[in-house]
Amino acid sequence: MRADPRARVPYALFVPAGIGVAFLILPIAGLLIRAPWHQLPSLIGSPAVRTALRLSLETATAATAIAIVFGVPIAWVLARLEFRGRSLLRAFVTLPLVLPPVAGGIALLLAYGRRGVVGSEVLKVFGVSLPFTTAAVIVAETFVAMPFLIVSVEGSLRGVDVRYDHAAATLGASRMFTFVHVTLPMLGPGIAAGAMLCWARALGEFGATITFAGSYPGTTQTMPLQVYLALQDNPDAAIALSLVLLVVSVAILAGLRDRWLRA
Amino acid sequence: MNRPALAAVVTAVIVALGVAACSSSKKAASSTSSQVAGTVVVFAASSLKATFTALATNFEQANPGVKVVPSYGGSDTLAAQITQGAPVDVFAAASTATMGTVTKAGDGVGTPQVFAKNELEIAVSPSNPDHIGGLADVTKSGVKLALCAATVPCGAAATKAFAAAKLTPHPVTLEQDVASVLTKVELGEVDAGIVYQTDVKSAGGKVLGVNFAEAASAINSYPIVVVKTGKNPTAAQAFVNYVESQAGQQILQTAGFEQP
Repeated sequence: MRADPRARVPYALFVPAGIGVAFLILPIAGLLIRAPWHQLPSLIGSPAVRTALRLSLETATAATAIAIVFGVPIAWVLARLEFRGRSLLRAFVTLPLVLPPVAGGIALLLAYGRRGVVGSEVLKVFGVSLPFTTAAVIVAETFVAMPFLIVSVEGSLRGVDVRYDHAAATLGASRMFTFVHVTLPMLGPGIAAGAMLCWARALGEFGATITFAGSYPGTTQTMPLQVYLALQDNPDAAIALSLVLLVVSVAILAGLRDRWLRA
Repeated sequence: MNRPALAAVVTAVIVALGVAACSSSKKAASSTSSQVAGTVVVFAASSLKATFTALATNFEQANPGVKVVPSYGGSDTLAAQITQGAPVDVFAAASTATMGTVTKAGDGVGTPQVFAKNELEIAVSPSNPDHIGGLADVTKSGVKLALCAATVPCGAAATKAFAAAKLTPHPVTLEQDVASVLTKVELGEVDAGIVYQTDVKSAGGKVLGVNFAEAASAINSYPIVVVKTGKNPTAAQAFVNYVESQAGQQILQTAGFEQP
């Protein structure tokens, strides 16, 4: 990156920017400095941690896939359609961004739990209940993380020139053909960025997961839950586990960024 | 309002708050020498929430000028915060083992005193649809059971009780504190949960408590201690004395706690 020679640098901005960067980096530095590094290999190798890590990666990926399938169409509706109540709809679908995750978990129980509005009917008809299953972890993570994808994709959609869609239409392309072959390819980087944000949020999800899905090794106990439980009796292990999660997520995100976003 | 003006107002408010906080804390510190006054920061286990809120109110009424600021959480989380230097005047834990981490770190003043005991109970829906009558019933297949994780006191106690009964539980979830277990029973997401009898009492009619004999082998002791990092040792000791007094014990027993 080279500075644009015409840009007039407002030097005063460097002070708050520097303070902000330090504020964000110092806790991570603290984690790295205080980490019991010698414990790390044995921790990563331990079956309990491997199980939790695999569960975390699988559920976060599944949640992201679901968020893409449902979130991209929602973003399209919000960005491209003019209708009454659009801002209300946007407020509703982005509500999980401001809702405390634990409250989100309770809300999920009240809707999809065994006694929930929807869940009780599902139990009656199909004989299955969602809480305390791996599927419940994915539901909780999707609930909390999908708004990140929606907001991100809607922003990119607004940046894509709608005249390309119009041009495709005048050339005889159907609406679906236009969406799949014109809008989506131009949206690629926006969806990738949104998906990464969504995945990262899902990976770190704690409150909604422990409230809606509970915590049991192998089925619902993801890494953040294990970190919290470890904090109760072995703070060193908690630090090490956080570090494992941090290293894995940074490695994956950096890898994907290089492949998808040539930024 | 333009941006710089807004920033100026925000800065002014922050500075004003800071000055106010400083002056009020100075006032609190200077008046403690003669009588009980100022702020007492109390860290207490989640299971003590209802009783300590009542104890704090009564203590404040008996000692005008004293403000009790309670904070509730898992005993281990609170203990970790204290050993990390949190400015706390009084610590009441849900287990002697957890209290041990604080006293071992040298953060306690004197020896912790056990002020209450609590017994486990099975919490079920008020109508008890699964006819749960003892510990063996919650290990049956088809009964969804919630326990505390073994790292928190209620989970450690439950593990002991199951071991005494020579039973292997198959919980669907291991919750991080006793309040979460109770919530899952109240919402009907699980059929049974192992909680303290005080939790059953605090839930009112929303859950039914089922006693079981093995609970006797896993009785929980609640120790209390004045913490060194606190700024108000006089009032802290007065609060501890009040918890141990007859009036304090009365409140604890009404909530379902047993005398030490």
